[in-house]
Amino acid sequence: MGDRPGGDRGGMTSSVIAVSGLRKAYGDKVVLDGIDFDVAAGSVFSMLGPNGAGKTTTVNVLTTLMKADAGTVRVAGHDVVTGTKEVRSVIGVTGQFAAVDELLSGQENLQLMADLKRVRSAYRVVTRLLERFDLVESAQKMVATYSGGMRRKLDLAMTLVGNPRIIFLDEPTTGLDPRSRRTMWEIVRELVADGTTIFLTTQYLEEADQLANRIAVLDQGRLVAQGTPEELKRLVPGTHVRLRFADLSDLDAAARVLAGSTRDDQELTLRVPSDGRSKSLRDLLDRLDEHTIDAEEFSVHTPDLDDVFLALTGHASTEEIAR
Amino acid sequence: MSTISASWTDSRIMLRRNFKHMLRNPVTIFNGALMPVVLMLLLVYVLGNAFSVGERYIQYATPGLILLAITYGLAGTAVSVNSDMTKGIINRFKVMNVSRSAVLNGHVAATVLGSSVAIAAIIGMAFALGFRSSATVGDWFGAIGIIAATAFAAAWFTVALGMAARTPESAGMAVVPLILLPFLSSAIVPADKMGPVVRQFTEYQPFTPIIESVRGLLAGTPSGSYAAAALAWCAGIALVGYLWSRATFNRRA
Repeated sequence: MGDRPGGDRGGMTSSVIAVSGLRKAYGDKVVLDGIDFDVAAGSVFSMLGPNGAGKTTTVNVLTTLMKADAGTVRVAGHDVVTGTKEVRSVIGVTGQFAAVDELLSGQENLQLMADLKRVRSAYRVVTRLLERFDLVESAQKMVATYSGGMRRKLDLAMTLVGNPRIIFLDEPTTGLDPRSRRTMWEIVRELVADGTTIFLTTQYLEEADQLANRIAVLDQGRLVAQGTPEELKRLVPGTHVRLRFADLSDLDAAARVLAGSTRDDQELTLRVPSDGRSKSLRDLLDRLDEHTIDAEEFSVHTPDLDDVFLALTGHASTEEIAR
Repeated sequence: MSTISASWTDSRIMLRRNFKHMLRNPVTIFNGALMPVVLMLLLVYVLGNAFSVGERYIQYATPGLILLAITYGLAGTAVSVNSDMTKGIINRFKVMNVSRSAVLNGHVAATVLGSSVAIAAIIGMAFALGFRSSATVGDWFGAIGIIAATAFAAAWFTVALGMAARTPESAGMAVVPLILLPFLSSAIVPADKMGPVVRQFTEYQPFTPIIESVRGLLAGTPSGSYAAAALAWCAGIALVGYLWSRATFNRRA
């Protein structure tokens, strides 16, 4: 799981992002239905939710791109409405779709950012970012020729020009291959190690679990849960054994034998609560043997955020649906 | 004062960016700089002798072709303005506190710069093909002034069209009427050679006084009334373009 700087600071430290009673509707459609949360300085806060939950709207309001209907948002102590300029001077934003200039080279994109931010010794800043993001080889090529992963990296590099203290990442790894995703995670960890605060939205539970100090689960415009990954996992029933059977009659037989289990007729699976110790697992297998029931598949599950999401929202995460 | 200088610096940065875009888009270069030259060769060597315009055709057509050199480059601007708005980079600029006017100024300045290159190319080509001017230095300044005013007005109007369009594709289409308009003026043939309805339109559309005033100046026979009408049209179009693009920009970004 790695180090999480700022992980144990809890609510005692000053929060750099404070949101209360945030509401936003487009016509009749309520997108954000009164959400509250705080983000501690130097931590990673992840907003987790399926497509259409309101994550991007939240990012847009927090980054001054959109006005909320109600509620207050303070970023680095400034109100996003009355202190727009001050907020903008301390934040960096990488949106869901790479906001890069396709007709410029990677280097020129970074140079443009450095010029607009009036960065001193821009050449050195640009060169260092190209090295850090492993873009030196393609630095002189037009971004139109870049792969999706390279664009995302460049986008984030552009966001880092001028060293913003607070960085917003809206689904930074959606659509990336596993390797690029890991690179992105590494970069996020490095940033936090340097003291940057990260607000990150994702629809991947694993990503939130990997990176975040605190997670807020957003579903249909409401925050249905908030806490550390461990706290959230404690919300759902513990370890269980999952058995899959060849047909319904086997499933029936097993369900009769194993008290306290829950069945899924469609998947032909049975979920049996267990403590995961070898003795109780052996007992379980022995019972199946006694009744000559053969399971196709046997696996031990410790609760992950997928279970949390399912339990909290009553529907599977997007990732789950996508399978 | 500091906001003005910040806006000026931002505008210059944007100009550099937009001009680079122009140079890297082969279609823009072909449409903006080569197409008018090709058209000039076509008109002078293939079609021109079929029109009786009362003088050597190159002599008649050069002022109109200078106008075409401006309008042919506009599609690229409209597309690039619209791409900025629709492809997300505008949000990056907003969050960076880039001065709002700089985005528009940069596009206008780059467009005028592009037009200048195309105009220089077409004037050079005209002289190579035998165009001769009896204009004085003062006449030349006048002609260049009107041409510059036209390029400036067309640029603002095009930025507004690009800003107002929904997609980059429709932005490209939105400027087509602007490109066709010079053909319905006295650019290629005199208005009195046209059918009655078209002739009426030709007489009252902005490109006719602009072309006639430039034609007069380059021939050394300037006409004050044409020049006044041309400048009035340019001022009006530039103002409408400016206000329209600013209003759309404020609504969209």
